[in-house]
Amino acid sequence: MSSDETLVAYASRLGDNALILGQRMIELVAASPELEEELANANFSLDYIGQARMYYTYAGEREGAGRDEDDFAFLRPEHDYKNLLLVEQSNGHFGDSTVRQFLFESWYVLLLEALTRCSDEGISVIAARAIKEVRYHLRHSSQWLVRLGDGTEESHARVQVSLDDLWRFTGEMFAPDDLDDEMRAAFNGPHLEVIETQWRENVAAVLAEATLDMPDDQWMAIGGKQGQHSEHMGFLLAEMQHLQRAYPGATW
Amino acid sequence: MTRQEWPLYEVFIRSRSGLSHRHAGSVHAADDEMALNNARDTYTRRSEGVSIWVVRSDRIVASDPAETSAFFDPAEDKIYRHPTFYDIPDEVENL
Repeated sequence: MSSDETLVAYASRLGDNALILGQRMIELVAASPELEEELANANFSLDYIGQARMYYTYAGEREGAGRDEDDFAFLRPEHDYKNLLLVEQSNGHFGDSTVRQFLFESWYVLLLEALTRCSDEGISVIAARAIKEVRYHLRHSSQWLVRLGDGTEESHARVQVSLDDLWRFTGEMFAPDDLDDEMRAAFNGPHLEVIETQWRENVAAVLAEATLDMPDDQWMAIGGKQGQHSEHMGFLLAEMQHLQRAYPGATW
Repeated sequence: MTRQEWPLYEVFIRSRSGLSHRHAGSVHAADDEMALNNARDTYTRRSEGVSIWVVRSDRIVASDPAETSAFFDPAEDKIYRHPTFYDIPDEVENL
């Protein structure tokens, strides 16, 4: 891979995580339990979609083949999306969504921290902007996890199940593939093993406060980073891409 | 199960350093931390603030509308309490 190809692939993968999670959260609009939570969720999902736009635009510039953010977001087939399996998981109930956000954001905030120190200015500038948003998202999801875990007997039991269910998607975050290795070698990219250690510490602290048990590491589902997605992904893309596929180039 | 409303919090926002906090509105929240988050998400989305105070509405002691006349009318005819009887030197700009 040339260094440009590495950056295009890496930026577009960051964009995929942000876009797919943002799309998942958009599905919750008008379904939040409280008005204030509704506003928070909508704000956060737009934060993620804004980040996806920056990553895709940068990937398109680096690639130099005339693709813009919309081409990346709406006109690729499923296997071209390289997001983590975790972010495409369906919303489930409020505890499920909260756990998904918490597990991802605990990782993403550390990844962004590392990316602000990478040697490619395009990526490091986006990371520096994104990290401010994500620090707040993580604060929000952590507090909710504590409230649910250390809440009533029912909320505790249900959110523990959510945690056990989603845990199998966390291994993928720390398993470096060729692209991670190249990013690290050529651009001082994130060291996923170091991130894993920090992530475990941070997650353990919040889980302890939430009186939740950290699940055992058993079988981990992987494949998202290589474009092999879970059955949820096709439905998400069908809804998200419908307008651009049915009316190519549509604007308003 | 009956649905319980979260308590109401009043939100005060300082829009710039040096100004005082002003009442912006209210939010519902289950606890203090959540009230602060909700205030941030509801009232500072367009860069309206640099500092937020929240306080539970039921902790605010308010004057009784029925006692308005006893509370406020006596000040009406005491114009000497307004600093309007001084000549202000031209050099004083910000008063």
